[in-house]
Amino acid sequence: MFSYTIRRLLGAIPTLLILIGISFLLIRAAPGGPFDRERSLLPEIEANLRTAYHLDEPLYQQFARYLWGLLHFDFGPSFQYRDYTVTELIASGFPVSLTLGTCALLVAVLVGVTAGSVAALRQNSGVDHGVMAISMTGISIPNFVMAPLLVLVFAVYLRWLPAGGLGQGNLVLPVIALALPQIAYLSRLTRGSMIEVLRSNFVRTARAQGLPTWQVIVKHALKPALLPVVSYLGPATAHIITGSVVIEQIFSRPGLGRYFVAGALNRDYTLVMGVVVFYGVLIILFNFLVDLAYAWLDPKVRYR
Amino acid sequence: MRKTYRAVALLAAALVASCGGSGGGTAGEPHAQIGGASGTELAEHQALHVGNGAELQTLDPHRAEDTSSFSVLIDIYEGLVGESPGGDLIPGVASAWTISDDGKTYVFNLRPEARWSNGDPLTADDFVFSFRRGVDPKTLSVYSYILSPLLNADDITAGKRPPEELGVRAIDDHTLEIKVANPTPYFLGLLAHSMSYPVHRASLEAHGDQWTRPGNLVGNGAFKLDEWVVQSHLKVVRNPYYWDNANTKLEEVTFYATEDKTAEMQRFRAQELDLTEIIPAAQIGFIRENLAKELVIAPYLGSYYYGFNVTRPPFKDNPKLRRALALAVNRDIITKQVLNLGQVSSFGFVPPIHGYTQQQMPEASWTQQQREAEAKRLYAEAGYGADNPLRTQIMYNTQEDHRRIAVAISQMWKQVLGVEAEILNQEWKVFIDTRNQKRDTQVYRQGWIGDYNDPFTFAELMRSTAGQNDTGYNNPEYDRLVAASQSAHDPHARMELLQEAERVLLADMPILPLYIYVRPRLVQQWVRGYEPNIMDHHRSQYVYVLKH
Repeated sequence: MFSYTIRRLLGAIPTLLILIGISFLLIRAAPGGPFDRERSLLPEIEANLRTAYHLDEPLYQQFARYLWGLLHFDFGPSFQYRDYTVTELIASGFPVSLTLGTCALLVAVLVGVTAGSVAALRQNSGVDHGVMAISMTGISIPNFVMAPLLVLVFAVYLRWLPAGGLGQGNLVLPVIALALPQIAYLSRLTRGSMIEVLRSNFVRTARAQGLPTWQVIVKHALKPALLPVVSYLGPATAHIITGSVVIEQIFSRPGLGRYFVAGALNRDYTLVMGVVVFYGVLIILFNFLVDLAYAWLDPKVRYR
Repeated sequence: MRKTYRAVALLAAALVASCGGSGGGTAGEPHAQIGGASGTELAEHQALHVGNGAELQTLDPHRAEDTSSFSVLIDIYEGLVGESPGGDLIPGVASAWTISDDGKTYVFNLRPEARWSNGDPLTADDFVFSFRRGVDPKTLSVYSYILSPLLNADDITAGKRPPEELGVRAIDDHTLEIKVANPTPYFLGLLAHSMSYPVHRASLEAHGDQWTRPGNLVGNGAFKLDEWVVQSHLKVVRNPYYWDNANTKLEEVTFYATEDKTAEMQRFRAQELDLTEIIPAAQIGFIRENLAKELVIAPYLGSYYYGFNVTRPPFKDNPKLRRALALAVNRDIITKQVLNLGQVSSFGFVPPIHGYTQQQMPEASWTQQQREAEAKRLYAEAGYGADNPLRTQIMYNTQEDHRRIAVAISQMWKQVLGVEAEILNQEWKVFIDTRNQKRDTQVYRQGWIGDYNDPFTFAELMRSTAGQNDTGYNNPEYDRLVAASQSAHDPHARMELLQEAERVLLADMPILPLYIYVRPRLVQQWVRGYEPNIMDHHRSQYVYVLKH
């Protein structure tokens, strides 16, 4: 297990290097640069800016400088938000995104798995059809439609919750908007795998031995039924991260997601790179954790 | 439980409404109680919540270039000259000034009571330091051209002279002398620009890169920085050391980052914002119906136009074709039907500015029918016709309004002249890059908001050497007239030269003028002291909030 962990972590290094290299080249290959303006800059000023941000150096040297900075957790200065470094921006944005993302993921798993299990136990009943219909709607309505609707109803008409910002109660609407599609997906996934597990021999045996239904489900059926759900958690995290780009914008939350878009549009090279690298590390780490969880859930999987 | 049903019902209703596209309903309850019983009662807590558009770039007044930064900077700094609520120039840190007979030397008397937000006295030396910093190439200021009229400023920015040679001198603690290279009638207006704000030398030197942070930043405006959460909000509070603090009514102002216009409007409707930065243009119908009292539309010092790439065929050396295309456009359809915000159709480049006689294409007074007949005639003279139509491209930066305008114009060209115009959009940075290269563009959209209230801020753009002249227009006569206006001593003669320059421009038609901008905003009815003005500068020191 230990050697597996080490091997996985070492294996992540080339992945990261490729990620950094490709995004480094891609963002610079995009037409237009951080110093392009409606009104072109004076050549002297542009030259000074290029020197100040080391854009006058050859590309390999810039890349080496960037990697060296990364080793020291220094993502460089932001081109756009001139009073802050990228490291500071990530440090201030990440907790906001983390709170939102974690809450959304927890809500999605809790509600999704519960709803899916209930639907599976009452297969083809009204409850089942109800849950599946709602989940179909959840998958079909994209969050950039759902979010403004929630704002309209709960903030503008009812005034129960704030429409945006960082104050109290401001987490509720964005979490719902972000979690809904995942709830929908997770409930369908859980339902499918639960139905399958409930038909398997060991569950039948457990029932035949006279165990109470709740014990059969919670102790025996749930764990194997959760396997596909767990393997979906990796992609779900990625969905929530990309979804937060939209949600944070609509709810004016100062999270990392907004830097993705703003950074790309402004050709804020360092900011885009910083966010990409940061999320890259995060996703690699999360996928690794999911793999470990698999080993714990499924006795057939053993890592060496 | 009943409330939940109501919520579900509303959600369903909203879903239906948004699908139907009708969008009925009213925002909140009516506010009969604004201003209490007397109608003028002030709110107990004087706080203002302002939508401020995209996150601001910096609080360094010499490095800022975006309107989001400017909106905050005018509250936490003050230049020698200030602005009234209506945008007129009034004394700022300088209580009075004299101008020499040749118009090249200004002497400012600084208010002895003027202080920095930490209590330090504000002196003429502070301004000398700040002006030098503004033109110093090491400051990396992209707006240093604002200070270009100062003696030696251009040489310093180009690195040919040291900043110490700038024509600014402290005669004593409270007297400042500024020399300009040419008599510049709009110079006082430049002194209200953020490039002319003073910065506090001691805190810059003490905090290095961190000097603009809350706790470090020392300003001299009516408010001082209190809190800044990037991408969320920035709060300023009353500055007790401000010389006119007695007249400031607001205790605090919070600026919110609101880059999503629809989300901003919703926050306004939920009464989380007192003022918005802008409105979502597509929802103008809904706003006129439901937020009519809150909608404030002001004329804005900006010109929206199309540029022709005159360095390449088909527009190279072909003024007849350019004129034909300009005449074939029915501007009123664009302003009244496509945009419908009160934009003013325009046949000239420079928007209305006090003291300047607005220039128009001679055909401006014709009927649209006459213009179209003339367009057909010129189009044929340029060698095009039904069997040989002009094929061209309109390029614009990705945005809904620009797209709608481009579609309308290509249709008008097609109907009137039979032109086959393809419309193409590019993301902003790509767009300005392509436009600047003058290779792939034929017709492109452009707009310019004046930096200061003088026709020169527009006239200079079309000079052959100007950084923004992406048409490639190069007429020595135009350049000569604009240059002559810079050294003209008599204000009237100067305006004459600039008007003549615009007439030359409109005879050559490297651009196709379309309309003069307006600035739409939502303002809650309890906000007082807010006056629309052409520069769209709004100092919070004049604003207050009624009880509501």
